[in-house]
Amino acid sequence: MQPEELRLDGNAAAGTLREVFAAEVTVMLATCAGCGAERPMGALLEYGDGMGVILRCPGCDRAMLRVARTPEFVRVDASGMSLLAIPRAAE
Amino acid sequence: MAGTAIPGRLTWQVATVVEARDETPRARTLVLDVPEWPGHRAGQHVDVRLVADDGYQAQRSYSIASAPQDAHVALTIERIANAEVSPYLCDVLRVGDGLEVRGPIGGYFVWDVAIGGPLMLIAGGSGIVPLMAMLRHHARATDAVRERIPVRLLYSARTWENLIYRDELERLGESTQVTVTFALTRQAPPGWIGYRRRIDRAMLEELGWPTSDLPRAYVCGPTPLVESVSALLVELGHDPSRVRTERFGATG
Amino acid sequence: MADQPFIARGFHGRRPTGPAGRLPPGQYETRDFPVLSAGPTPRMSLAAWDFTIRDEGGHSVRWSWDEFLALPRDMPTVDIHCVTKWSKFDTRWEGVSIDTLLDVARAAGVSDGGFVLAFCDGGYTTNLPLADVTGGKAWVAFGYDGAPLPPEHGGPVRLLVPHLYFWKSAKWVRGLQVLERDRPGFWEQLGYHDRGDPWREQRYQGD
Repeated sequence: MQPEELRLDGNAAAGTLREVFAAEVTVMLATCAGCGAERPMGALLEYGDGMGVILRCPGCDRAMLRVARTPEFVRVDASGMSLLAIPRAAE
Repeated sequence: MAGTAIPGRLTWQVATVVEARDETPRARTLVLDVPEWPGHRAGQHVDVRLVADDGYQAQRSYSIASAPQDAHVALTIERIANAEVSPYLCDVLRVGDGLEVRGPIGGYFVWDVAIGGPLMLIAGGSGIVPLMAMLRHHARATDAVRERIPVRLLYSARTWENLIYRDELERLGESTQVTVTFALTRQAPPGWIGYRRRIDRAMLEELGWPTSDLPRAYVCGPTPLVESVSALLVELGHDPSRVRTERFGATG
Repeated sequence: MADQPFIARGFHGRRPTGPAGRLPPGQYETRDFPVLSAGPTPRMSLAAWDFTIRDEGGHSVRWSWDEFLALPRDMPTVDIHCVTKWSKFDTRWEGVSIDTLLDVARAAGVSDGGFVLAFCDGGYTTNLPLADVTGGKAWVAFGYDGAPLPPEHGGPVRLLVPHLYFWKSAKWVRGLQVLERDRPGFWEQLGYHDRGDPWREQRYQGD
């Protein structure tokens, strides 16, 4: 079975990422630094590596977000995302 | 609030199993009493964590099947042979046991009446679970709301026996606002005149809302199904931003 | 909030208890071979495939697929250990020893260095001390369990460094960059260990 058949999406990583961002990430709109496409993070592709979270652009496969936890830190590499738009609560 | 990045507590809590029932030979519903449950939106899930006495841990996500208004949280688990977590949840866990969960989680793959419709729900296998929460939420709305938001469900399973919530879905399909169509991919009962194949473009053209109706589509199930169906919907002219997906990974 | 984790009644996971001494600390034996990937399976035609060893000074040596298969090969049987806690015993591989490749590279003028960075189709990288890929400890493998290495497990060719955590055995490897100074790869940038010895539980930097 290929990794593509097993891949999930940003919804699956939402619980883990909520611990990092203290917010629901799936509704955030992320712009790919590679191809410029903007998508909700729930629509990004998650590869189940088990070592951390990797969210990739469905259009160009670029790793838009990488997150890994070690005992002292959670490290976040968002260099694959050129912009993140976070919806605000209704006033 | 629709679509906001809602912050707030997300901690592991020990829920109590208050009810357990088989839906099909392979699927079982667990009803949980979760302390301080804040309520949820249809489409959200919980993470479940199992810790053995030697510290070994396994964690999985399960969609919430119950309507947002329910006091308890229902999860429907598909039992996968030789897997690590689902056989435990289906065969070992019993009423009165504790189960560690955190949630509700999700904000993208959610629907409530405020989002509107018409609604196109497409499920493969256990992908029906979050869509069932949406249907149950829809069923509780006022007649006026339900008139305004018609629903079409297309649900693909291997066999008639594997259709989860089949009786309830058939009942929901009796109302004029809800159309339920099953597609069986492996084996059909005698006399079956419905679809006997995987969901394909022709099926979506026959059953889907016209693109001019600007429907909201939710597609959930095994990854290959989700990706093929969502690509077909876009090919048929639906706006990608109105097609939401949740992948469940491998097929069974 | 409880300090003690909640123990799930009757939960054991599906792992058998491994024989003492063969499992590194914190590991559990599996009989499966889980497919874990950081990205989609790269598709590469063997006609276009090559393997390169290069240094920072511009010297390099390349093998085409046919040239690679003509090299002397080993058939190691080894235990492998993933940092996600599963271990698998007696896995059977076929591949070319990295010692063989480095001998050719040195003869071609590629300088030595203390470290290597493996680079792969799809962009994955991992760094290792040179001492951990020499002395018969590491291979570039193209066969698994008596058959060609399947794409989901890293085929056509992956690194095999079984004495280290398996994230160092990079899938879809296309070459090694010899380095004088260590440089973190894909997971090491995010805090995983530069070396990764499971017997010393070197999972994270600083372990």
